[in-house]
Amino acid sequence: MAAPIVELCDVNKWFGAFHVLKDITLEVAKGEKVVVCGPSGSGKSTMIRCINRLEEHQSGRIVVDGVELADDIKAIDAVRRRVGMVFQSFNLFPHLTVLENLTLAPVRVAGMAPRDAEATAMALLERVRIPEQAGKFPGQLSGGQQQRVAIARALCLKPAVMLFDEPTSALDPEMVGEVLDVMSGLAAEGMTMICVTHEMGFARAVADTMVFMDEGRIVEIAPPARFFDHPANERTKRFLGKIIGH
Amino acid sequence: MKPSFRHRPLDWGRANLFSSPANSLLTVLALALLWQLAPPLVGWGVLRASWGAGDPETCRQAGGACWTLLTEKHRLMLFGVYPYEQHWRPLLAMALFVALLATSANRRFWRPWLAALWLLTVLGIGILMWGGVLGLVPVETAQWGGLPLTLVIAVLAIAMAFPFSILLALGRRSDLPAIKALSVGYIELVRGVPLVSVLFMASVMFPLFLPEGVTIDKALRALVGMTLFTAAYLAEAVRGGLQAIPRGQFEAADVLGLSYWQAMRLIILPQALRLVIPPIVNQFITCFKDTSLVTIVGLYDLLAATKAALNDPGWRPFFVEGYLAAALVYFCFCFFMSRYSQWLERELNRDRR
Ligand SMILES: Nc1ncnc2c1ncn2[C@@H]1O[C@H](COP(=O)(O)OP(=O)(O)OP(=O)(O)O)[C@@H](O)[C@H]1O
Ligand SMILES: [Mg+2]
Repeated sequence: MAAPIVELCDVNKWFGAFHVLKDITLEVAKGEKVVVCGPSGSGKSTMIRCINRLEEHQSGRIVVDGVELADDIKAIDAVRRRVGMVFQSFNLFPHLTVLENLTLAPVRVAGMAPRDAEATAMALLERVRIPEQAGKFPGQLSGGQQQRVAIARALCLKPAVMLFDEPTSALDPEMVGEVLDVMSGLAAEGMTMICVTHEMGFARAVADTMVFMDEGRIVEIAPPARFFDHPANERTKRFLGKIIGH
Repeated sequence: MKPSFRHRPLDWGRANLFSSPANSLLTVLALALLWQLAPPLVGWGVLRASWGAGDPETCRQAGGACWTLLTEKHRLMLFGVYPYEQHWRPLLAMALFVALLATSANRRFWRPWLAALWLLTVLGIGILMWGGVLGLVPVETAQWGGLPLTLVIAVLAIAMAFPFSILLALGRRSDLPAIKALSVGYIELVRGVPLVSVLFMASVMFPLFLPEGVTIDKALRALVGMTLFTAAYLAEAVRGGLQAIPRGQFEAADVLGLSYWQAMRLIILPQALRLVIPPIVNQFITCFKDTSLVTIVGLYDLLAATKAALNDPGWRPFFVEGYLAAALVYFCFCFFMSRYSQWLERELNRDRR
């Protein structure tokens, strides 16, 4: 097998005295779709935020696309350029139009010509199916539309890996589908994705690998078929029972 | 159907003046007060007032307001002791200033060249006021005075304090302990001291630290004092805006690979500053009015020049008219700033439904 594109090896992290990540080891191959789930407070967000250095880990190794994350600013910049991220709360820039949200980083960070950046942005807006909203401000869009813009924004820098932190949890139920559709489309095109989500239908359809976390540990890693139908771990079973039972 | 124009004032009155018993009572009281105050005011200010050229004696005989004072003394009040036959220079300087401010007020012109325009205009104003080149008679700053001095100090102090205050506010939120300590120390120190003492320090103590023979212009020292003082207060207003920006905005900027300064300039500050337009403009207005304190270091701003004009024993009894006129000038500028800030707020918040 080729070298993994994201590799976490014995990663530990503390918030003060609180041991939030315990010996996390995870390898993600190019094109692999990983869905992370687990109870609230188990460290899912913290783990994926370590992958692009929104959080700093204290021990262990994190390597993204051959670059090891250390205190070196250049490494952090290099990793961030390769990794796109979508947040639960969208985090669009409210004072910029949708199009400006998308072109900002390509022009200011990647040094793209504004015209090219706009063409790329429009193509991405087509892909998330809201090209007609390009001139609006984020506050004028629905939650589902905002999240699709956020996905397009993350794609603008042509990342090799996409991180999603509960991208549908802040949405009204009728808008969850449109965002999951876009994510499924992205998966079908071969994007490497690490998603924290509790949308188990999506996970079953799209994931190559399921990761279950509890109390800062990865408790179970398995392909979805085995994960959902024959979970090995007691805690996984209980968790699945809870969220699928309802 | 024809709209009933005739009932409009009545409806308006009912809605705004007599909407409840308490409001009706207030309206009646206010009307009674107006009834008491208006006739004597009109009698003094208009009917018995003296207008046009004249001397204090005509005023005394008329017994009303002495607007003659303004006709006779307005140049002294406006320009202080600036050489009389050179008054066109400060007048032109003020016109340039107003044109510059009018240009800057327009959002379309918020481009890098505006900074260059500021530098050029300020340079031009400096040359006009100082002279000494282009065949202009040199005029020392000790002779500057009146409204031009007030404008120069207020506008430049605001223009320099604003960027400085942003750096201070960012510094106060910095992760670097030294920068944070410096910013906090500066802000707290300056806020703990009255403006009068800052001006005194700038004008009396500061020269003591300079090497022998080096002097810094008095007006410049006052300007520096005003700037340093205003910046500390502005910094706290700006910090309030920074604190209101959700952490997600910083994270989104980070994730997109924006540098710290890019994130601040493009994402955080544009949002933070528009949130705190009211306290910022509040501080601008305070700064404008506080320029009247430069008189204590011996500069003749608008208020001091007005006072000087009233020093003439014959005119002295008519100080009310003089101060009213000065107050009107201050009010015009401050009112404009306040209206402009309201307009700007609406204009910038169009993206919020
Ligand atoms: N900045 C922080 N400082 C201190 N503790 C934190 C911080 N961020 C998170 N934590 C704690 O770390 C633990 C893990 O948080 P994390 O957000 O990773 O959980 P999660 O699995 O994503 O949960 P959720 O499903 O609620 O999003 C929680 O107990 C949380 O309170
Ligand atoms: Mg989370």
